[in-house]
Order: sequence, then structure tokens, then C-alpha cells
Amino acid sequence: MPRLPLEIFLRGSSTPEPFALEERHRVFACDRKAFGRGVRAGMAVAAALALAPALRIAPRDPATETEALLGVAGWAAQFTPGVALEFPDGVLLEVSSSLKLFGGLESLLERLRRGLAEMGWSSVLAGAPTPRAAFWLARAGKQEFIGESAELEPALAALPLEVLRCSDETLAAFEAIGVRTLGELRALPREGVARRFGQRLLDDSDRALGRLPDPRNFFVPPARFGAAIELPAEVTQAEALLFAARRLIVQLAGYLAARSGGVQRFVLRLGHRDKAPTEIAIGLVVPSRDAEHFTLLVRERLSNLELAAPVRELALKADDVVPLPGSNLGLALEQGKPPGQWEHLVERLRARLGTEAVCGIASRAEHRPERAGVIADAGQKRLQLDFGERPFWLLESPRPLAEIGAVPHHDGPLELLVGPERIESGWWDGDDVARDYFVARMQNEALVWIYREWRGEGGWYLHGVFA
Amino acid sequence: MASMPISFAALLDRPDIWRGDSLSRTGAPTLPCGFPGLDAGLPGGGWPAGALTEILLAHEGIGELRLLGPALAGLSRRGLRLVWIAPPHLPYAPALAAAGIELANLVIVRTASPKETLWATEQALASNACGAVLAWPQGAKYAELRRLQIAAEGGRAPAFLFRVPEAASESSPAPLRIALATSDGGLAVRVLKRRGVPLAQPILLPSMPPAARGKSHHVDRHPVASVAARDFSARLVHA
Repeated sequence: MPRLPLEIFLRGSSTPEPFALEERHRVFACDRKAFGRGVRAGMAVAAALALAPALRIAPRDPATETEALLGVAGWAAQFTPGVALEFPDGVLLEVSSSLKLFGGLESLLERLRRGLAEMGWSSVLAGAPTPRAAFWLARAGKQEFIGESAELEPALAALPLEVLRCSDETLAAFEAIGVRTLGELRALPREGVARRFGQRLLDDSDRALGRLPDPRNFFVPPARFGAAIELPAEVTQAEALLFAARRLIVQLAGYLAARSGGVQRFVLRLGHRDKAPTEIAIGLVVPSRDAEHFTLLVRERLSNLELAAPVRELALKADDVVPLPGSNLGLALEQGKPPGQWEHLVERLRARLGTEAVCGIASRAEHRPERAGVIADAGQKRLQLDFGERPFWLLESPRPLAEIGAVPHHDGPLELLVGPERIESGWWDGDDVARDYFVARMQNEALVWIYREWRGEGGWYLHGVFA
Repeated sequence: MASMPISFAALLDRPDIWRGDSLSRTGAPTLPCGFPGLDAGLPGGGWPAGALTEILLAHEGIGELRLLGPALAGLSRRGLRLVWIAPPHLPYAPALAAAGIELANLVIVRTASPKETLWATEQALASNACGAVLAWPQGAKYAELRRLQIAAEGGRAPAFLFRVPEAASESSPAPLRIALATSDGGLAVRVLKRRGVPLAQPILLPSMPPAARGKSHHVDRHPVASVAARDFSARLVHA
């Protein structure tokens, strides 16, 4: 990932401003916009600012670079268990045993490239029989894939010495004797090179060629997921956060796939400058690792959010990873749209409308009408009594009706059709009722459920509608 | 090789060709509504699945939910979810249970604005995870209804939109629109729009429970006798 140090600052925005990375008062790297204005790596920061006054400059941040590299490794572990880190900006994957699973090299590369781009990383992908050769090819910017060990030596011979990551003095010394490529280095007498430049250079090139063993420690994904993005500018629009959140969500999905797991809850934390961070917890009905679904949920929550303060940093956390089996494709060819996941719908609705907005109803063994039907969490079952005629709609609170000449009125006189049904109940909890219920017909022929109260002030009330 | 003779009728006997002189057989699945008289008047013999059905009510309380009762009860017993979006009142559990609806499969979505109602309806239809979607949108525009119709297409859920009678004068993308009114104690279903020839006469459905929709009863004549016959006897409950 050649632009990793730069991209940790850029990937949070879809339209970053000109940006340069500084190390020891010199430009370490810059983005395309800054490059277009003449800023170059190695230039003094003051000179860069003179060329591009709007330039945003940040010091290089090795700790975040390492964290980003670990994040990429955790994401890449979905493709193979053999993931190794090549600090500061390389990740090695042992893919020979995974090729078949992912439909061949081309298809695997496509998935790698697309995933890395979705997370905001540009990448150079290269492959070779030895890890070091693959890494050197990638570092030289060559997107090459070498399948046979025999092809390794000519391919590596053309690589510039810079891929060795040796000091500037060493490079200058080689330059002075006219050695610029690995091939030319290997053509030199080995003893002389070892004496003057150290054994390491020779050993490394032997490892790249597979002549010395090159054992690697495989990366083990952490037990919990956490990733963060620093936003290039303070973001005030919640919707704009989605762009950055999406990058973290893709990383989370890859991490979960690597662990063959899913999450039932994750937390998006919005960091502000002077205020405590805003935490958005997103709960799921069933565990999932579907990046598209996560994105939808986050989109709904963000679009409803009133930001307390501009956001400087976005972090995504998921603690409890639960095992999730892989999915099999159905055999049956069904017409029309495939049936959707009910849980996903409920989560989406709740994300935007609030948890209480989606509920079920249940019936209770209770004579008082307003208590017999209750709001319940979707899916509950209750006992029920055998009732008389009951309306489909119940008013949330009974509405008093006018009484004119002993006849209850609701948009005109009501005609009592069925009744009375005496309901007298609830003395045990102080909320007792004594009512006579009637089915009544309105002038417009609608049927309503009304009652005459026997306690207190009495009177007629509208309680339901026979829809 | 000579081409096979194909009769004109056979040529037209395709579900995607709609002949103006008959009810279309769109091939689209339908859900019997449980009232034979009404099924006969609806294309495909029932409520269309994967399409909007607009139900225009003069006012609530004329049997609009009872009309859907048998279809909803059947869906819920098959384990399919019934999603009610922004209903005007609390759906009353004992009445729904008495109509055969599995309460465990009924889900209510409450919204804070007409915009949210439309959004939730679109989500429910697009998800194709529901057995039926009932929504009470307010003042939906053609373009908004069009979005809902597109979301519903290809799905398995019938979508019922309850709207005011004034909506009849506006055009709508819903393939089926019916208007409800009471008539002699029964329910008159006027099919405003369907795939196929228009239906001039309203379809009269027999009076539905409460059986007392008949005009003959008056409280002075004490209705208990006639009601008891249908086992809606008034009862004295003492707890």
C-alpha cells in the first residue's frame, strides 16, 4: 500500500482538499491535488505552502499507520489464514491454497482490489512463490504475478535497489559503482558485498529467491474489532459521515468473515473537538456480517441524527463476535424477488423510527377492554378470554360523548344495536371499571363501540370502531 | 420446414398480453379475499400480490378491516408477517384474534410524519419479507405512490393503502382501487380501477359481523334476542 501514510488522512472524505504529509519539516508525500500545484516529496514545507497556500499539512503518524496496517491484515484474513505483516506498509497473503475457493487468481485479486478501494486504500498487488519477492515486486510498483520459481530470478533482477529499504548512504555507494538493480547487485562478488555493505542484503535477496528459508509469523486477528478514521475536515452533516463510516463497515465485514462470525451490536463513535463523543449503538435482531445491511442501518441512524458538534473522528467498535455459519445458495429457482430477511426490515425500521415504533400486540386474559389488548414486543403470545363482540380499532383513550335527551351523540344521534354488555372488573388494582358496552350505529352507518359509565360522573364514551 | 400453424387465440393466450375485453390474467399471483362475490370481480380472483390495492373509505368503521380479515388471517396462519404502518387507532388484539389473525405475526409500525409512513411502507414492500402490508398514508402524491408500486412489484405481499375518498379523483399507479361504502347494512365495494374492463356495478357483500348491521334493530326493541342467535350474547362479567 504505497500511499498508506497519506491515505490515513485522506480516506475519510470523498472530496479532500490539497494535502501534504510532513516529516522533519519536509514534504514526505502529497496527494494529487497538491502534486498538481507543484508540491513534491522532499520539498521544504515552507516551499510547498508557497506553491499551494490552501495546502493542509499534517505530520506523519506512524502509530496510526501501524494500526491501519493491522486493520487491513484483519480484513484480509477472510481470504486466507496465512496473513503476515510487512511493516510499515505491506501485507502478505499466502493465497495458493485459497485460489480455488475464491474462483481463481483474477477473481481473488478483483475482490482484494475492490475491498481495499472501498476502505480507502490504493494498492499495488503482486504475487510470487516467495513472500519477499512478492513484496519487492509490489514495492517496485509492478503488478506482476510470478507462478514459477524459475521465472523469479529474471523478474527480480530488473528491480531497483530501493526495494531493499537500505539507507540512503548505501544506495549512494551502489550508485557510485554503477549498481542500480538487484541483478547488478547479485552479479557483484558476494564476499566483497558482504564485507562492505553487510551480509543482510545478500541474505535478503537469497530469501527472495527462495534459497534461504524465510519464515513468517502469521497475523492473528484480535478478539475485538475497533477501527477509526480521522476526518480531513470537521464534518457537520451527519449524512456526510456515512462515506467514512462505510470504509470502517467494509473493514468490519471482512474481519467478521475472517473470524467466521457476526455481530449483534456495534457502536459508531463520533469524536468531537471539545465535547464528549457521540455514541451510536446499532443493535441487530440476529447476528450478521453483511456490509450492505450495516451500511443501511448506519445510514438511517445518521440521517436522523442532530449533531451536537462538528465531527473530527469516526470510530467503529464491535466487541462480541458470535459464530455465524456461512450461507448456502438456495437450490429452488423462485419467481420474482427473493424473500427478504424479516429481521433486516425490523432493524431498518427501528434504526430510523426508533425501537418503540415497531411493536406487536398481544391479547391478555383481562376483562377491561383497554387492558385486554396490549402493545407487546413483536411475537408474544398470551391467553385470551372469550369475549363478546369486539371492535378492530380501540381508541387509545375513551372519548366522552354528548348526551342529548338520554341518547348518546357522535356526529348525530347514535342508534344502539347490541348491548348492554356489562363489564365490571379491576377492583383489585384500584383501576376498576363498571360499564355497559353497546354496539352503536352512527348516522353515516359506521359502527362504533360505546359505553355508559356507572362510576363517578357517569356519561357516555366512545371506545372503539368496528372497522 | 413449414411453420407450425398457430391460432390467433393461442398467440394471445399469454399472461403478459392484456385483452381489453376480458379481465387480464396477468399471471401475477393473487390472494383470495375470502368473499366469493368479490373474488369474481377482481382480476386473478383475489387481492393482487406484489401490487398496491387502494381502499378508499368514506369514513372509518364501515367494515374496512373485516373485508381484509379472511385474507390476513390466512397469511398470518401460514406464519407470514402482517405489517400495519401508521394505523389510525390501536388495533385491538381480542378482536383480531377472534377474526383468526395470529397476533404473533402482526406488527405495528408507528410513524411521526406522513413522510415516515411512506418511507416505512416502501421499506416493508421492498424487503419482500412481509406477508401483507397495510398502510394509512396521508396525502400521498402520484410520484410517491409510484415508488411504492415499484417497491411492491415482484414481491409476494399484497399492499393495502387506506385513503380518503377524495383520492378517487386523482390518478394513481395502483392497479386495483376500490371504494367502500355501506349499503343496506352490508358493504358495497365499488371497483374504481382494475386490470381489465371496468366494473359498473358495485359488489355487495353480505352484512358482516357485527351481525347487527341490519336496520331492523333498535335498542328500544331490545336487540339481545336477535343477537343471541349469533352467539354475541350480552353477558354480565364479574371478576
